[in-house]
Amino acid sequence: MDLLKELWAFLRVRKKFWLLPIIIILLLLGALILFSESSAVAPFIYTLF
Amino acid sequence: MYILGISAYYHDSAAVLIKDGEIVAAAQEERFTRKKHDEAFPLRAVEYCLSEVGIDISEVDHVAFYDKPLLKFERLIETYLSYAPRGWMSFRKAMPLWISKKLHLPKIIKKELGWKGKVLFTEHHESHAASAFFPSPYEEAAIICFDGVGEWATTSWGIGRGNRIEVKEQISFPHSLGLLYSAFTYYTGFKVNSGEYKVMGLAPYGEPKYVDLIMDELIDLKEDGSFRMDMDKFNYCQGLTMTNNKFNRLFGCPPRNPEEKLNQREMDIAASIQKVTEEVMLRIGRHVFDKTGQKNLCMAGGVALNCVGNGRLLREGPFKNIWVQPSAGDAGGALGAALTIWYHYLDMPREANGKGDRQYGSYLGPFYTREKIKEFLDGKGYPYKEYLEDDLYEEVAGRLERGDTIGWFQGRMEFGPRALGARSIIGDARNPEMQKKMNLKIKYRESFRPFAPSVLLEHVSEWFEYDSESPYMLMVAPVKEEGRIPMTDEQKGLFGIEKLNVPRSHIPAVTHVDYSARIQTVDGKHNKRYYGLIKKFYEKTDCPVIVNTSFNVRGEPIVCTPEDAYRCFMRTEMDTLVLGEFILSKKEQPEWREKKDWRDEFELD
Repeated sequence: MDLLKELWAFLRVRKKFWLLPIIIILLLLGALILFSESSAVAPFIYTLF
Repeated sequence: MYILGISAYYHDSAAVLIKDGEIVAAAQEERFTRKKHDEAFPLRAVEYCLSEVGIDISEVDHVAFYDKPLLKFERLIETYLSYAPRGWMSFRKAMPLWISKKLHLPKIIKKELGWKGKVLFTEHHESHAASAFFPSPYEEAAIICFDGVGEWATTSWGIGRGNRIEVKEQISFPHSLGLLYSAFTYYTGFKVNSGEYKVMGLAPYGEPKYVDLIMDELIDLKEDGSFRMDMDKFNYCQGLTMTNNKFNRLFGCPPRNPEEKLNQREMDIAASIQKVTEEVMLRIGRHVFDKTGQKNLCMAGGVALNCVGNGRLLREGPFKNIWVQPSAGDAGGALGAALTIWYHYLDMPREANGKGDRQYGSYLGPFYTREKIKEFLDGKGYPYKEYLEDDLYEEVAGRLERGDTIGWFQGRMEFGPRALGARSIIGDARNPEMQKKMNLKIKYRESFRPFAPSVLLEHVSEWFEYDSESPYMLMVAPVKEEGRIPMTDEQKGLFGIEKLNVPRSHIPAVTHVDYSARIQTVDGKHNKRYYGLIKKFYEKTDCPVIVNTSFNVRGEPIVCTPEDAYRCFMRTEMDTLVLGEFILSKKEQPEWREKKDWRDEFELD
């Protein structure tokens, strides 16, 4: 819940409401990946994320 | 009032504690966990910082994190959108991490620390800028952050006045000087995020013959230093590599595999990207000078560790003085975050006298008392001899003169990637065999890499084309003309250790193939013993210069404790170990046995 509040406040400050539906879809997609895979690993050449 | 600054979860996590605006403790997590560039939450570094002043977390007044996760998340989402569906693989790896961890940082930080208050977040470049300006000696200065990427900003500049910093302009992701350099680090077969230093060290062996190609095809650089990159040739936005096939075609072949033989081509590429980087730094430097009129410059961000570029900016650029944060990378962000809270959030006054900085020589890490060291040595039964201060200098200087390589462990550990005489391996800079011995028998690292000199501040201009302070080893300058020995055509054709082995000056162990040296000036203000030792060496030899390299082997974080130091001493062919006032000779030590091959312990960097 805290996260959603923060996210909403963030989008308001940044005036980027158009990102909201995209973020929701991507978060759902991400959650799907998270729960369908055994572990969240981050082998990456440069930690850009 | 105590403020705890934290950087974590990307690379080089660290903790910094400031008390009433002064840095009291700072350390990187890797030094405790022994995992290089450790990105894990810096629990042990925090524990150390609090123990340094004898408090617990409940006595801390504010906790600050060095970047803003939601802003970074916004950048990620927008980048994935721009490249969709091509970024799928990267997205698949990133999202679970964000959902499970990085989007919940306030909660995670509170839980890890047992902290009840609010966690404050500063922007990545705000943290870098604060770490550059607030500890600097200047009341007013221009500030430039040359970086890979934080949230959106990759390069930014602004002005610092008193206790305020104002960021004026920035270049945003994906156009990034740091990532451009990292792309070439990757392409030349080195590890991104740690091999950049090797590219810089390799550059003097090559000819910058690809500069025009880079300028024409990869980066559109304007007169004011602003630039755009041709993202069609890079893969870091959407893929799991830095470069792509278009980039490969441009340079005629795929990236070099790690540990594969280095050829002239890689050296030429290294020389070219180094030159382009310097050009960008110089142009931005001139632009910032024109806009601000400031004579002083402060720098931070990973690219500010490019000491060759820093040296050129000082020599050829418009600024009279340059101060670079010694922990210019992400670890230093923890310091910047804490200082931002003190000066910006709490609006506390700041005083700067224009002379001394507030970084305390960057000796901000753990200290081991005589009693602690003795307890360790006696407990293990390792033979040693204890010396009084003056006798210690006499004995160690004598050993240096006789050609010993010496592990030098004194006082508080350095904060930042360079060893500055607290956790150093030292040797005689005049000894033509020293470089070879240190590279191959002690550091076990690539043969082409040069070593740096520590020189008494009062003698620096007699030995190098340099006449100011460089206490943090962040400036490169040429060895004095009269001290050089010209190479023959035959010698010029040699490579790597063969070329490095040709005596090119009276201090060959610290002279790179282009006669440059990464200087550390030593004045004794913050490291009395290191100064005392070099002074004694000078009295004996007329040479105020010694070799200084970090106390570790390739892939290992710099040693932190006496135990780490002893282990490293015994695993390598070092001759002597100095722990505080105790001297240990290799030949008197018991045989060193380990169950496994220690070389498997550290991943090569």
